[in-house]
Amino acid sequence: MEPRTSVIENRLKNINRIIAVASGKGGVGKSMVASTLALHLSQHGYRVGLLDLDLYGPSSHIILGVKNTFPKEEKGIIPPTVHGISFMSIVYFTEEKPSPFRGIDISNIILELLAITQWGRLDFLIIDMPPGIGDETLDVIRYIKRSEFLVVTTPSKVAMGAVSKLLTMLIELKKPVLGIIENMTITKSSFIEHEVQRLQVRYLGKIHFDHTLEESIGNPDALSQTHVMKDLSKILQKIKL
Amino acid sequence: MHEWALAESIVTATVEEARKEKLKTITQVTIYIGELQQIEKEIFLFALTELSKSQKPPIQKDAFVIKTDKSTLSCKNCGEHWKYSDMKKKLNKTEAESIHFIPEIVFVHARCPQCGSPDFEITTGRGVTLSSIKGVR
Repeated sequence: MEPRTSVIENRLKNINRIIAVASGKGGVGKSMVASTLALHLSQHGYRVGLLDLDLYGPSSHIILGVKNTFPKEEKGIIPPTVHGISFMSIVYFTEEKPSPFRGIDISNIILELLAITQWGRLDFLIIDMPPGIGDETLDVIRYIKRSEFLVVTTPSKVAMGAVSKLLTMLIELKKPVLGIIENMTITKSSFIEHEVQRLQVRYLGKIHFDHTLEESIGNPDALSQTHVMKDLSKILQKIKL
Repeated sequence: MHEWALAESIVTATVEEARKEKLKTITQVTIYIGELQQIEKEIFLFALTELSKSQKPPIQKDAFVIKTDKSTLSCKNCGEHWKYSDMKKKLNKTEAESIHFIPEIVFVHARCPQCGSPDFEITTGRGVTLSSIKGVR
């Protein structure tokens, strides 16, 4: 019998809202949106946790410049606080080595992380999801029933093709979708907005492509001053975050 | 004390199951500890005993039976089988500690001793499992 599932609800009971930043496609900027969302909320005085569930290619720690820290072992593991954010990632354990996990291993890792991580009291837990509708997405839907989804796409038709599949599944499963963010826009195309309306999901707005963003990676103070953060803040106002 | 969190999952699952089965007292809980997770048995038993106090239905003091499950691994690439105990000495302290927290981290820090592939599986002895619960109705 699997005992870990029984304790997950207890681990998450003192978290007010859980927001999974997801996309059907990789490379659309989920980790950037999740990290800047966590920073934004923390800077507005909220108690925030960030869980990087991209187990093959975690990147939130790179965006936030997390280095030389490790969870504290106390009746489980307590995530280190980084720039005001309780931050948990598999990278503490993998040391940046390749992570060749198969599906069953992915589910076991997620269960273990959810069962042993002591988040304490939080206003928001942000989950940086891996792309697609594979094990991680299904496990979050299964084990974190209160998850709300914030979906990210780029203006690309290719990205939106995959994102549509994720949205269709979330709608079918009656999961709350806060809306869609169109990331890295360059032109004024309204293709994504029309596609999102067709799926009867809320279009939240655009984050314009920021040529200077790369220079701010690893530096949360600099990230907070980027056009990405400014665009994201405007979008978040629409959903009262 | 990461053992505490795992003990909590065992006690919560045991009580949930006992309620479903309408048990009035829980007399025996058999748990298997996978060698890979390197659980400190004494700490784990202490946590189980502490967490069992004031549960409904009550769990008898000496109810917990803890057995160790030897960890074996097998390579999907060449078919080699080996024991974690043989491999453990090749891991450094940090790597072994990471596997203690999340057993699947073994795929990150270890390779098949025969062909060097990372594509192997944990055949037995992964982590903590709840094997059986006995009680009085």
